[in-house]
Amino acid sequence: MHRPARILVALLSAAALLATAACSAEQPAAENRTLKIVYQKTDSFTALDTLFKDAKKDFEAANQGTTVELQPIEANDDDYGTKLALALRSPETAPDVFYEDTFKVRSDVDAGYLLKLDSYLEKWDDWKLYNEAAKAAGTGDDGGIYAVPLGTDTRAIWYNKKVLEKAGIAVPWQPRSWDEILDAARKMKAADPSLVPFHMYAGKATGEGTVMQSFYELLYGTDSELYDQQEKKWVIGSQGFKDSLTFLKTLYDEGLAVTPAEALDANVWKKVFGEWLPQGKMGATVEGSYTPSFWQKGGNYEWAGYGEDMGVARFPTQRGQEPGGVSMSGGWTLAVGADSKNPDLAFKFLTEALSKKNSLAFTVSGSQIAVRTDVAAEPEYLAANPFVKDVSELVSVTHYRPATADYPRISVAVQVATEAVITGALSPQEAAEQYDKTVRDQVGDAKVLQK
Amino acid sequence: MGERKTVRQQLRLLPVVPSVLLILLFLAAPVLWSFHASFTNAALTGRNARNPAWIGVENYARLLSDSAFPASVVLTIVFVVASAVVGQNLLGLLIAGLMTRARKPVSAAVGTAVVAAWVLPEIVAAFAAYAYFSKDGTLNQLLGGAGVAGADWLYAYPMVAVVLANIWRGTAFSMLVYRAALADVPQDISEAALMDGAAGWQRLVFITLPLIRSSIATNLMLVTLQTLAVFTLIWVMTAGGPSNASTTLPVLAYQEAFKFGDIGYGTAIATVLIVLGLVFGIAYVRLLKGDKR
Repeated sequence: MHRPARILVALLSAAALLATAACSAEQPAAENRTLKIVYQKTDSFTALDTLFKDAKKDFEAANQGTTVELQPIEANDDDYGTKLALALRSPETAPDVFYEDTFKVRSDVDAGYLLKLDSYLEKWDDWKLYNEAAKAAGTGDDGGIYAVPLGTDTRAIWYNKKVLEKAGIAVPWQPRSWDEILDAARKMKAADPSLVPFHMYAGKATGEGTVMQSFYELLYGTDSELYDQQEKKWVIGSQGFKDSLTFLKTLYDEGLAVTPAEALDANVWKKVFGEWLPQGKMGATVEGSYTPSFWQKGGNYEWAGYGEDMGVARFPTQRGQEPGGVSMSGGWTLAVGADSKNPDLAFKFLTEALSKKNSLAFTVSGSQIAVRTDVAAEPEYLAANPFVKDVSELVSVTHYRPATADYPRISVAVQVATEAVITGALSPQEAAEQYDKTVRDQVGDAKVLQK
Repeated sequence: MGERKTVRQQLRLLPVVPSVLLILLFLAAPVLWSFHASFTNAALTGRNARNPAWIGVENYARLLSDSAFPASVVLTIVFVVASAVVGQNLLGLLIAGLMTRARKPVSAAVGTAVVAAWVLPEIVAAFAAYAYFSKDGTLNQLLGGAGVAGADWLYAYPMVAVVLANIWRGTAFSMLVYRAALADVPQDISEAALMDGAAGWQRLVFITLPLIRSSIATNLMLVTLQTLAVFTLIWVMTAGGPSNASTTLPVLAYQEAFKFGDIGYGTAIATVLIVLGLVFGIAYVRLLKGDKR
């Protein structure tokens, strides 16, 4: 390019820039605005990516001049939480709308990352359609609502009917106590020693899965609890905690679960869903209501026969005491960043993403339990997989984690205790004592309740 | 005259200025920030995330009562001594020594093989090592071929596995340093010793090693500092497990800061790591000074 030409181009660009600036000054409505959306995406979890891509298309069409910038983070739950927190720490990198685990809501509200949504929700008609338990999931310590749930989940025992029948166990199977689980597992082991009869997660590698899909099913079925809601204190020294660890120890010591080495592989769940259950090498495991999403058409481990081969049972209480079963619920929400420069627009995008159409599609493809009553009533939702009814009923015996700001560290302390027990590093008694000490150190003596 | 000389001397420092600034910006600043953060309760989430408070030496006091901490200091020292000071250093010297005597094609082939592991990006080398030591990995397949049942190395012997992996990965550096050092040893001194009837080991201990002493100290310093900071290799192979059996200080610091969200405590561990590096560093500098006497 010749020199005069270059100068001309530069001048023209500058003029164009000035013109754009002038325009936008006159018409603020047409101003170019960008919304940053951060969410999780993995090979096995693309439902959210689909949802946001659809929402982006519709939203940009309806709101001229607005750009929705999708920033999926490809990571597992733990790493996603870390990356999101790092982004939220600085107002420059904080997203406008983001995908947030229910159990992090309170601590992130404490950190000042989330925008209070009460005034927005008042004006949003669809909010009335959310069920009450779901509304509570996004509530901060001050009673305000900071996040809107996408869906929820429950946990159940998933068993391979063929494996149980081979061991002479009648199906449908419903154990009434911990002992009945052990009896059935031992029968399966005797019938085929190469089997993994009854697997439950343990150790730090499987992170929150260890507590949600294993330890809490045990603990909440004893007469103890993790956190005293009335006193607002963490419970230590309880018999139920030790009994739960002892049960895990029995499973692992007798070879009824996977080997400790396999349990400490962060990818063990892939084998559970992808190999062991479909190939009839595992009798049963405790997993979430989202389990069918792995096996459905388009899922990561497509398995056409899962509807016939698999069965669902509720996890029993320790000695069959009331209410006769235990489940855990979590789920994820969408939240608006406290630093959003366009909070109104961000909330508008959130409602677009959670419209009935998008919610239904996400609930079905992600095997979620619906939180909107209008979605729950849809025939498409009820027909999504053969187990929707069974796992939805578990909501009646479900528990939510004590989502206080201290919770994430307590969760890790529990995971550490399970790891110490299954590897034989500590006895259940010693591991429970170490847990008690960790909890005291973490939250302080004032927030601890010795039982 | 003298004044002009100092001006010229000062001007001669000019080219160094950009690199010093870069070092200050990218090295000293994070170190200072980390040192400062270690006296606060900075966190990833919760009340302390945005407005961390100064809590003095509380994090350091907590380190002393944390059962995972002394174990991880010991593991870090074991890792550095076994894989860097002994493994990489001695193996590098041995290979370099053998290469000076080997024929050219042999020496070139060995050199390439050793350097190959070193030029791999750390994450790739880490996955290769994971694939090698894992339960169904290359090592156990080789052992199985020979009729031996292999162990689950990463689970049963995590430290052995990461130490061997780090030796494999890092030996090339020591080898290159010693190749250069040995090439500088004057032939005539060795020959004179040979005439005097010195045996092979005597020539090594009394002639060669003293002559390359400063190279040894420099090499030890560099491989030690490199190995102290190894994170990716361990994280990919064992993630510090099982039950913290391979949790060195960098792994512990990462866990505390980013997995558990306790940045203040994590940076306190990082500070201990820096101090440990200084201790090793001072020891080697002493070694170097001794050479000049």
